[in-house]
Amino acid sequence: MASKPPVAEPESDAALIRRRRGRNIATLVVLVALVVLFYAIAMVKMAQTGSLT
Amino acid sequence: MTDIAAVPTPAIATSSAGDWLTLLKPRVVVLVVFTGLVGLLVAPGHLHPVLAFTAVLCIAVAAGAAGAINMWYDRDIDALMRRTSRRPIPAGRIDAGEALGFGVALAVGSVLVMWLVTNTLAATILAVSIGFYVFVYTMWLKRRTPQNIVIGGAAGAFPALIGWAAVTGDIQTLPVLLFLIVFAWTPPHFWALSLWASADYERVGVPMLPVVAGARSTRRHILAYTVVLVALSLSPWALHLTGTTYGLSAAVLGAGFLIGAVLVLRDRQDATGVSLTNDQPAKKLFRFSLYYLFVLFAALAVDRLVG
Repeated sequence: MASKPPVAEPESDAALIRRRRGRNIATLVVLVALVVLFYAIAMVKMAQTGSLT
Repeated sequence: MTDIAAVPTPAIATSSAGDWLTLLKPRVVVLVVFTGLVGLLVAPGHLHPVLAFTAVLCIAVAAGAAGAINMWYDRDIDALMRRTSRRPIPAGRIDAGEALGFGVALAVGSVLVMWLVTNTLAATILAVSIGFYVFVYTMWLKRRTPQNIVIGGAAGAFPALIGWAAVTGDIQTLPVLLFLIVFAWTPPHFWALSLWASADYERVGVPMLPVVAGARSTRRHILAYTVVLVALSLSPWALHLTGTTYGLSAAVLGAGFLIGAVLVLRDRQDATGVSLTNDQPAKKLFRFSLYYLFVLFAALAVDRLVG
Protein backbone atom coordinates (compact mmCIF):
# COMPACT_ATOMS: atom_id res chain seq x y z
CA MET A 1 0.00 0.00 0.00
CA ALA A 2 1.45 3.33 -1.00
CA SER A 3 2.04 5.73 1.85
CA LYS A 4 0.32 9.09 1.80
CA PRO A 5 2.56 11.92 0.62
CA PRO A 6 3.66 14.30 3.34
CA VAL A 7 1.37 17.29 3.35
CA ALA A 8 2.84 19.56 6.00
CA GLU A 9 5.87 20.78 4.06
CA PRO A 10 4.12 21.37 0.71
CA GLU A 11 1.33 23.24 2.50
CA SER A 12 3.86 25.34 4.32
CA ASP A 13 5.73 26.10 1.10
CA ALA A 14 2.52 26.87 -0.71
CA ALA A 15 1.49 29.30 2.02
CA LEU A 16 4.90 30.96 1.84
CA ILE A 17 4.69 31.31 -1.92
CA ARG A 18 1.13 32.61 -1.66
CA ARG A 19 2.14 35.28 0.86
CA ARG A 20 5.16 36.28 -1.21
CA ARG A 21 3.02 36.53 -4.34
CA GLY A 22 0.49 38.63 -2.42
CA ARG A 23 3.26 40.98 -1.31
CA ASN A 24 4.60 41.26 -4.84
CA ILE A 25 1.18 42.02 -6.28
CA ALA A 26 0.54 44.62 -3.55
CA THR A 27 3.90 46.25 -4.32
CA LEU A 28 3.04 46.33 -8.04
CA VAL A 29 -0.36 47.88 -7.36
CA VAL A 30 1.19 50.55 -5.10
CA LEU A 31 3.90 51.38 -7.65
CA VAL A 32 1.43 51.64 -10.54
CA ALA A 33 -0.88 53.79 -8.39
CA LEU A 34 2.04 56.08 -7.54
CA VAL A 35 2.97 56.43 -11.22
CA VAL A 36 -0.62 57.39 -12.08
CA LEU A 37 -0.82 59.77 -9.11
CA PHE A 38 2.44 61.55 -9.89
CA TYR A 39 1.46 61.83 -13.53
CA ALA A 40 -1.87 63.42 -12.51
CA ILE A 41 -0.12 65.77 -10.05
CA ALA A 42 2.33 66.84 -12.73
CA MET A 43 -0.49 67.55 -15.20
CA VAL A 44 -2.44 69.60 -12.65
CA LYS A 45 0.62 71.58 -11.54
CA MET A 46 1.62 72.28 -15.14
CA ALA A 47 -1.91 73.39 -15.98
CA GLN A 48 -1.99 75.68 -12.96
CA THR A 49 1.31 77.32 -13.88
CA GLY A 50 0.36 77.58 -17.54
CA SER A 51 3.14 75.27 -18.68
CA LEU A 52 0.72 73.27 -20.82
CA THR A 53 -0.38 76.22 -22.97
CA MET B 1 29.88 25.93 0.06
CA THR B 2 26.78 27.15 1.85
CA ASP B 3 23.84 24.83 1.84
CA ILE B 4 21.07 27.21 0.81
CA ALA B 5 18.38 24.88 2.09
CA ALA B 6 19.94 25.03 5.55
CA VAL B 7 19.85 28.82 5.74
CA PRO B 8 16.94 29.83 7.97
CA THR B 9 14.19 31.68 6.19
CA PRO B 10 14.23 35.32 7.26
CA ALA B 11 11.21 36.50 9.17
CA ILE B 12 10.35 38.97 6.41
CA ALA B 13 9.77 36.10 3.99
CA THR B 14 6.77 35.01 6.05
CA SER B 15 5.08 38.41 6.14
CA SER B 16 2.04 39.08 4.03
CA ALA B 17 0.90 42.34 2.47
CA GLY B 18 -1.68 42.47 5.25
CA ASP B 19 1.08 42.45 7.88
CA TRP B 20 2.63 45.56 6.36
CA LEU B 21 -0.78 47.18 6.26
CA THR B 22 -1.29 46.28 9.93
CA LEU B 23 1.92 48.18 10.74
CA LEU B 24 0.13 51.34 9.60
CA LYS B 25 -2.63 50.98 12.24
CA PRO B 26 -5.43 51.33 9.66
CA ARG B 27 -8.20 51.80 12.26
CA VAL B 28 -6.49 54.88 13.68
CA VAL B 29 -5.79 56.15 10.17
CA VAL B 30 -9.51 56.11 9.29
CA LEU B 31 -10.30 58.67 11.99
CA VAL B 32 -7.27 60.79 11.10
CA VAL B 33 -8.20 60.80 7.41
CA PHE B 34 -11.76 61.81 8.19
CA THR B 35 -10.83 64.79 10.39
CA GLY B 36 -8.18 65.83 7.86
CA LEU B 37 -10.71 65.61 5.03
CA VAL B 38 -13.23 67.73 6.93
CA GLY B 39 -10.52 70.32 7.70
CA LEU B 40 -9.82 70.45 3.98
CA LEU B 41 -13.52 70.65 2.99
CA VAL B 42 -14.47 73.45 5.38
CA ALA B 43 -11.47 75.64 4.56
CA PRO B 44 -12.21 78.67 2.38
CA GLY B 45 -10.69 78.48 -1.05
CA HIS B 46 -10.23 75.76 -3.64
CA LEU B 47 -7.78 72.94 -4.05
CA HIS B 48 -7.81 70.86 -7.24
CA PRO B 49 -9.40 67.45 -6.52
CA VAL B 50 -6.21 65.60 -7.49
CA LEU B 51 -4.15 67.73 -5.10
CA ALA B 52 -6.81 67.45 -2.38
CA PHE B 53 -6.83 63.66 -2.74
CA THR B 54 -3.04 63.62 -2.55
CA ALA B 55 -3.04 65.84 0.54
CA VAL B 56 -5.46 63.50 2.33
CA LEU B 57 -3.38 60.52 1.17
CA CYS B 58 -0.27 62.19 2.65
CA ILE B 59 -2.09 62.66 5.98
CA ALA B 60 -3.08 58.97 5.95
CA VAL B 61 0.40 57.75 5.03
CA ALA B 62 2.05 60.02 7.62
CA ALA B 63 -0.28 58.72 10.34
CA GLY B 64 0.47 55.16 9.24
CA ALA B 65 4.20 55.87 9.23
CA ALA B 66 4.02 57.20 12.78
CA GLY B 67 2.10 54.05 13.73
CA ALA B 68 4.77 51.82 12.19
CA ILE B 69 7.56 53.63 14.07
CA ASN B 70 5.47 53.37 17.24
CA MET B 71 5.17 49.60 16.73
CA TRP B 72 8.93 49.38 16.19
CA TYR B 73 9.67 51.28 19.42
CA ASP B 74 7.02 49.49 21.50
CA ARG B 75 7.84 45.99 20.27
CA ASP B 76 9.14 44.99 23.72
CA ILE B 77 5.92 45.78 25.56
CA ASP B 78 3.72 44.78 22.61
CA ALA B 79 5.11 41.25 22.96
CA LEU B 80 3.91 41.10 26.57
CA MET B 81 0.40 42.49 26.10
CA ARG B 82 -2.41 40.19 24.99
CA ARG B 83 -4.00 42.87 22.76
CA THR B 84 -0.76 43.54 20.86
CA SER B 85 1.25 40.31 21.06
CA ARG B 86 0.00 39.21 17.62
CA ARG B 87 1.19 42.35 15.88
CA PRO B 88 3.62 41.63 13.01
CA ILE B 89 6.86 42.57 14.86
CA PRO B 90 6.36 40.75 18.19
CA ALA B 91 4.88 37.79 16.30
CA GLY B 92 8.10 37.60 14.24
CA ARG B 93 6.48 38.11 10.86
CA ILE B 94 8.23 41.43 10.19
CA ASP B 95 11.79 42.30 11.18
CA ALA B 96 11.97 45.30 13.56
CA GLY B 97 14.59 47.09 11.47
CA GLU B 98 12.52 46.64 8.32
CA ALA B 99 9.49 48.10 10.09
CA LEU B 100 11.51 51.13 11.20
CA GLY B 101 12.84 51.67 7.68
CA PHE B 102 9.32 51.31 6.28
CA GLY B 103 7.96 53.87 8.75
CA VAL B 104 10.75 56.41 8.23
CA ALA B 105 10.55 56.12 4.43
CA LEU B 106 6.80 56.68 4.46
CA ALA B 107 7.12 59.58 6.91
CA VAL B 108 9.73 61.39 4.82
CA GLY B 109 7.89 60.61 1.58
CA SER B 110 4.52 61.85 2.85
CA VAL B 111 5.98 65.16 4.08
CA LEU B 112 7.88 65.75 0.83
CA VAL B 113 4.85 64.99 -1.34
CA MET B 114 2.63 67.20 0.85
CA TRP B 115 5.15 70.03 0.41
CA LEU B 116 5.24 69.51 -3.38
CA VAL B 117 1.46 69.41 -3.89
CA THR B 118 0.28 71.98 -1.32
CA ASN B 119 2.47 74.35 0.69
CA THR B 120 5.24 74.61 3.28
CA LEU B 121 2.92 75.22 6.24
CA ALA B 122 0.87 72.05 5.66
CA ALA B 123 4.03 69.98 5.19
CA THR B 124 5.59 71.48 8.31
CA ILE B 125 2.56 70.71 10.48
CA LEU B 126 2.48 67.19 9.02
CA ALA B 127 6.15 66.72 9.97
CA VAL B 128 5.48 68.11 13.45
CA SER B 129 2.53 65.73 13.94
CA ILE B 130 4.69 62.71 13.06
CA GLY B 131 7.50 63.94 15.33
CA PHE B 132 5.05 64.64 18.13
CA TYR B 133 3.58 61.13 18.00
CA VAL B 134 6.96 59.40 17.72
CA PHE B 135 9.21 61.45 19.99
CA VAL B 136 6.87 63.21 22.43
CA TYR B 137 4.18 60.54 22.91
CA THR B 138 5.81 57.20 22.09
CA MET B 139 9.38 57.74 23.32
CA TRP B 140 8.95 60.36 26.04
CA LEU B 141 5.50 60.40 27.64
CA LYS B 142 3.89 56.99 27.16
CA ARG B 143 6.00 55.12 29.70
CA ARG B 144 6.57 58.04 32.09
CA THR B 145 3.34 59.82 32.99
CA PRO B 146 -0.38 59.02 33.35
CA GLN B 147 -0.97 62.26 31.42
CA ASN B 148 0.59 60.57 28.36
CA ILE B 149 -2.68 60.43 26.45
CA VAL B 150 -3.58 64.04 27.29
CA ILE B 151 -0.46 65.59 25.80
CA GLY B 152 0.18 62.84 23.26
CA GLY B 153 -3.38 63.21 22.01
CA ALA B 154 -2.28 66.38 20.25
CA ALA B 155 -0.69 64.20 17.59
CA GLY B 156 -4.12 62.94 16.54
CA ALA B 157 -5.55 66.45 16.61
CA PHE B 158 -3.27 67.86 13.89
CA PRO B 159 -4.99 66.45 10.74
CA ALA B 160 -7.87 68.96 10.71
CA LEU B 161 -5.28 71.72 10.97
CA ILE B 162 -3.23 70.17 8.16
CA GLY B 163 -6.28 69.78 5.90
CA TRP B 164 -7.16 73.44 6.40
CA ALA B 165 -3.57 74.63 5.86
CA ALA B 166 -3.31 72.54 2.69
CA VAL B 167 -6.05 74.69 1.12
CA THR B 168 -5.38 78.12 2.60
CA GLY B 169 -1.68 78.11 3.46
CA ASP B 170 -2.52 79.75 6.80
CA ILE B 171 -4.15 78.99 10.16
CA GLN B 172 -7.29 80.70 11.46
CA THR B 173 -9.55 80.40 14.50
CA LEU B 174 -11.78 77.56 13.26
CA PRO B 175 -9.02 75.01 12.53
CA VAL B 176 -7.43 75.82 15.89
CA LEU B 177 -10.80 75.08 17.56
CA LEU B 178 -11.05 71.82 15.59
CA PHE B 179 -7.58 70.92 16.85
CA LEU B 180 -8.66 71.66 20.43
CA ILE B 181 -11.88 69.63 20.05
CA VAL B 182 -9.98 66.48 19.00
CA PHE B 183 -7.35 67.25 21.67
CA ALA B 184 -10.05 67.38 24.40
CA TRP B 185 -11.90 64.37 22.95
CA THR B 186 -8.92 62.01 23.14
CA PRO B 187 -8.59 61.66 26.96
CA PRO B 188 -12.22 60.71 27.76
CA HIS B 189 -12.30 58.46 24.69
CA PHE B 190 -9.14 56.62 25.67
CA TRP B 191 -9.72 56.61 29.44
CA ALA B 192 -13.16 55.01 28.90
CA LEU B 193 -11.32 52.19 27.14
CA SER B 194 -8.56 52.04 29.75
CA LEU B 195 -11.10 51.52 32.56
CA TRP B 196 -11.66 47.94 31.41
CA ALA B 197 -8.47 47.37 29.41
CA SER B 198 -5.74 48.59 31.75
CA ALA B 199 -4.58 45.16 32.97
CA ASP B 200 -2.26 44.79 29.98
CA TYR B 201 -0.72 48.22 30.58
CA GLU B 202 -0.31 47.48 34.27
CA ARG B 203 1.56 44.27 33.46
CA VAL B 204 4.13 46.09 31.30
CA GLY B 205 4.42 49.18 33.53
CA VAL B 206 2.79 51.74 31.26
CA PRO B 207 1.32 54.31 33.69
CA MET B 208 -2.21 54.61 32.35
CA LEU B 209 -4.45 56.73 34.58
CA PRO B 210 -6.51 53.83 36.07
CA VAL B 211 -3.27 52.04 36.91
CA VAL B 212 -1.67 55.03 38.66
CA ALA B 213 -4.61 57.04 40.06
CA GLY B 214 -7.28 54.35 40.25
CA ALA B 215 -10.62 53.83 38.53
CA ARG B 216 -12.51 56.35 40.69
CA SER B 217 -10.13 59.19 39.78
CA THR B 218 -10.26 58.15 36.12
CA ARG B 219 -14.08 58.44 36.16
CA ARG B 220 -13.79 62.00 37.50
CA HIS B 221 -11.17 62.85 34.88
CA ILE B 222 -13.47 61.54 32.12
CA LEU B 223 -16.30 63.81 33.26
CA ALA B 224 -14.03 66.85 33.65
CA TYR B 225 -12.56 66.48 30.16
CA THR B 226 -16.03 65.84 28.72
CA VAL B 227 -17.21 69.20 30.12
CA VAL B 228 -14.21 70.89 28.47
CA LEU B 229 -14.87 69.00 25.23
CA VAL B 230 -18.54 70.02 25.09
CA ALA B 231 -17.66 73.67 25.76
CA LEU B 232 -15.02 73.60 23.03
CA SER B 233 -17.34 71.85 20.57
CA LEU B 234 -19.92 74.62 20.99
CA SER B 235 -17.39 77.43 20.62
CA PRO B 236 -17.30 77.50 16.77
CA TRP B 237 -21.07 78.09 16.84
CA ALA B 238 -20.84 80.63 19.67
CA LEU B 239 -18.19 82.54 17.72
CA HIS B 240 -20.41 82.51 14.57
CA LEU B 241 -17.84 80.48 12.68
CA THR B 242 -20.43 77.81 11.85
CA GLY B 243 -24.17 77.62 11.28
CA THR B 244 -27.13 76.07 13.03
CA THR B 245 -26.62 72.57 11.62
CA TYR B 246 -23.30 72.29 13.38
CA GLY B 247 -24.46 74.10 16.53
CA LEU B 248 -27.48 71.86 17.08
CA SER B 249 -25.46 68.74 16.31
CA ALA B 250 -22.75 69.78 18.77
CA ALA B 251 -25.37 70.48 21.46
CA VAL B 252 -27.18 67.16 21.04
CA LEU B 253 -23.98 65.12 20.75
CA GLY B 254 -22.45 66.97 23.70
CA ALA B 255 -25.50 66.22 25.85
CA GLY B 256 -25.15 62.55 24.95
CA PHE B 257 -21.44 62.56 25.82
CA LEU B 258 -22.12 64.30 29.15
CA ILE B 259 -24.85 61.81 30.06
CA GLY B 260 -22.49 58.95 29.20
CA ALA B 261 -19.70 60.43 31.34
CA VAL B 262 -22.08 60.89 34.29
CA LEU B 263 -23.22 57.27 33.93
CA VAL B 264 -19.56 56.15 33.98
CA LEU B 265 -19.01 58.21 37.15
CA ARG B 266 -22.14 56.74 38.79
CA ASP B 267 -21.52 53.16 37.65
CA ARG B 268 -21.97 50.62 40.47
CA GLN B 269 -18.47 50.13 41.85
CA ASP B 270 -16.51 48.84 44.80
CA ALA B 271 -14.55 50.96 47.30
CA THR B 272 -11.66 51.43 44.85
CA GLY B 273 -13.93 52.48 42.00
CA VAL B 274 -13.71 49.19 40.09
CA SER B 275 -16.95 48.52 38.23
CA LEU B 276 -19.41 45.87 39.45
CA THR B 277 -21.22 45.94 36.09
CA ASN B 278 -18.32 44.76 33.92
CA ASP B 279 -17.78 48.43 32.96
CA GLN B 280 -20.89 48.52 30.77
CA PRO B 281 -21.24 52.36 30.98
CA ALA B 282 -17.56 52.83 30.07
CA LYS B 283 -17.88 50.46 27.12
CA LYS B 284 -20.96 52.35 25.90
CA LEU B 285 -19.17 55.68 26.31
CA PHE B 286 -16.15 54.42 24.35
CA ARG B 287 -18.36 53.36 21.44
CA PHE B 288 -20.36 56.59 21.62
CA SER B 289 -17.17 58.69 21.60
CA LEU B 290 -16.21 57.22 18.22
CA TYR B 291 -19.60 58.05 16.71
CA TYR B 292 -19.45 61.45 18.43
CA LEU B 293 -16.34 62.62 16.60
CA PHE B 294 -17.44 61.25 13.22
CA VAL B 295 -20.91 62.82 13.43
CA LEU B 296 -19.61 66.12 14.84
CA PHE B 297 -17.12 66.56 12.00
CA ALA B 298 -19.64 65.34 9.43
CA ALA B 299 -22.10 67.96 10.74
CA LEU B 300 -19.41 70.61 10.32
CA ALA B 301 -18.80 69.57 6.72
CA VAL B 302 -22.55 69.53 5.96
CA ASP B 303 -22.95 72.90 7.66
CA ARG B 304 -20.24 74.45 5.48
CA LEU B 305 -21.23 72.77 2.23
CA VAL B 306 -24.98 73.40 2.59
CA GLY B 307 -24.91 76.67 4.48
